[in-house]
Amino acid sequence: MAGIPHDHYEPKTGAEKWLNKRLPIAGLIYDTLMLPTPKNLNWMWIWGIVLTFTLVLQIVTGIVLVMHYTPDADLAFASVEHIMRNVNGGWALRYIHMNGASLFFVAVYAHIFRGLYYGSYKAPREITWIIGMLIYLLMMGTAFMGYVLPWGQMSFWGATVITGLFGAIPGIGEALQTWLLGGPAVDNATLTRFFSLHYLMPFLILGLVIVHIWAFHTTGNNNPTGVEVRRTSKEEAEKDTVPFWPYFVIKDLVALALILVIFFAIVGFMPNYLGHPDNYIEANALATPAHIVPEWYFLPFYAILRAFTAEVWVVQIASFVTGGIIDAKFFGVLAMFGAIAVMALAPWLDTSSVRSGRYRPMFKWWFALLVVDFMVLMWVGAQAAEEPYATISLIASAYWFAYFLVILPLLGVIEKPLPQPATIEEDFDAHYPKKSGDEAAAPAE
Amino acid sequence: MLKKLSLVTALVATLATGANAAGGGGGHVENIDFSFDGWFGTYDQNQLQRGLKIYTEVCAGCHGLKFVPMRTLADEGGPHLPEDQMKAYVAQFPVNDEAANRHLYDAENDELRALVPTDHFPANESLGAPDLSLMAKARAGFHGPYGLGINQFFKGMGGPEYITALLLGYTGEEKEEAGVTLYENTAFPGGWISMGPPLYGDDVEFDDGHATDLHHLAEDVSAFLMWTAEPKLEARKGMGFLAVFFLSVLTVLLYLTNKRLWAPIKRKDV
Repeated sequence: MAGIPHDHYEPKTGAEKWLNKRLPIAGLIYDTLMLPTPKNLNWMWIWGIVLTFTLVLQIVTGIVLVMHYTPDADLAFASVEHIMRNVNGGWALRYIHMNGASLFFVAVYAHIFRGLYYGSYKAPREITWIIGMLIYLLMMGTAFMGYVLPWGQMSFWGATVITGLFGAIPGIGEALQTWLLGGPAVDNATLTRFFSLHYLMPFLILGLVIVHIWAFHTTGNNNPTGVEVRRTSKEEAEKDTVPFWPYFVIKDLVALALILVIFFAIVGFMPNYLGHPDNYIEANALATPAHIVPEWYFLPFYAILRAFTAEVWVVQIASFVTGGIIDAKFFGVLAMFGAIAVMALAPWLDTSSVRSGRYRPMFKWWFALLVVDFMVLMWVGAQAAEEPYATISLIASAYWFAYFLVILPLLGVIEKPLPQPATIEEDFDAHYPKKSGDEAAAPAE
Repeated sequence: MLKKLSLVTALVATLATGANAAGGGGGHVENIDFSFDGWFGTYDQNQLQRGLKIYTEVCAGCHGLKFVPMRTLADEGGPHLPEDQMKAYVAQFPVNDEAANRHLYDAENDELRALVPTDHFPANESLGAPDLSLMAKARAGFHGPYGLGINQFFKGMGGPEYITALLLGYTGEEKEEAGVTLYENTAFPGGWISMGPPLYGDDVEFDDGHATDLHHLAEDVSAFLMWTAEPKLEARKGMGFLAVFFLSVLTVLLYLTNKRLWAPIKRKDV
């Protein structure tokens, strides 16, 4: 692959040469595994492996669950109970798959906020960032549809509320919603198509993950300093990097194993903690639950959706200007998708020439506030739609947009960045000083 | 038939959730030290058997357990009845709602056949009472504080505690609403429930002479319903321990490997 100069695969034996002439797959694997990786990566760079592992975990457990699950409105709920009671290890498969979704989102949020802090989205990694955002959108779609499959009360009413968002689109909304649901309301047709798409989308994610990896293997990894690896010669590049194998494979596995300890503690001892009790009640079109709450990982955006009620002045202005086409409901939908859109546009909204937040004294604080803001949105998304929660969610939503649309563009102009190290090697040596004596040469082994 | 059944349950459930919405938050639920709580907790086999008896003689009159296969009464990590006892118990188990159990209909003799171990517990929709198979997981006894889920983290979801609190929570007050008698209950969200007090104490007799006061009965049947909702609880915790233990060992080994691997790069002594 293009980019950082390093040693490439050389077929040695006759068989290797024979294969390499016809299909250079060994070279591809070698170059992927031996990718020169900045040696100063910290523990926030482990989430990619965790995400890849979780994707495989979800696909494998999901494929086995499908062998026992029945996508039919009359049978789905009972078939999940069949899995829980009669299928050997079925309870384990289902609890792992169910909590695996939560693990997936914990990891993806950590991964995204890592990127936001260290400026991983900035040139030349915009494509990596955009692909990542597409993966995130697909993940949300997959998780949402997967939650519908057990056909419990929250499955049914969650599906009703979320597909109702599309109904808020002026003009085509109602027709679009009917098309999505396969009928006037959530019913068997909805369940079967969600099942089909829930099976399809992880493979689309897998494809995009490969493109995501391809993209950052071309540009090289970002790193905590945001300073690029030197590419003028192989010798210089080797001072800034170590090969991915074995150094980062082993490091990532340490983190993965520790995260799995926590994951299996949850699966083993509190598997329903992150779920909602109402989903153990079979779907019932005639009984609306008292509180319809999405899964925790949707709460921040659900909070933004609900924040913009008809009493909010921006909504009233939007409604007045558009002659009522944009009502409060549609405004909420636009805000929810807009919240993700502004994040996807971060590479072009951030005007600072400094990549890493480490050398941006003002940015640091605004970023910390964004993390707090995200937590507040998550918390308020689960509360009833009443005061004081309505005001809190409005303020928190406003900050989310302000961060991307106002603060990021302005900071690049007004902020005085701190001095950055000239090279990754310099940063690394500051952490792990050279001993007297090996000044002459410290070969990367 | 399923459509009709769901209609009936829907009506009752609407009444129930209506009351739920009106009341806002949940009622008062006390934490109970159940044998199956905590990392090491397992079901008390005798308690499950007592709960089974209470369910059979009292609850089954109005409620069903349609997701629970009756053969599992013999399962380890459950009531663990001996095989022959389980078969005898199943054969004499009453079917209290013929309409909801038409799959048992035997055309030759024009009657419902006796239950066999591969059957599930009978459904019961006669009064529109909810099925109890998953009730202990479908209710949360603990909430908050401030919507943070901290209480559930430390005390558990509180499903069985909720059931106990509900059974103990009748104040004796009644009221008539739209032709339905409602009973005041301190645990039920909204405060008024359409189910009359099902247990008073001394409703059943135990062969081993175990206490039959209301409090004990309520706890026993709650434990039984936790088992019907989560029959694989013991296997699950067993897997949890294995996974946590071996992954912890793996973490330590990988950590040491990583430390040694990086030592020359970080210029540290191994």
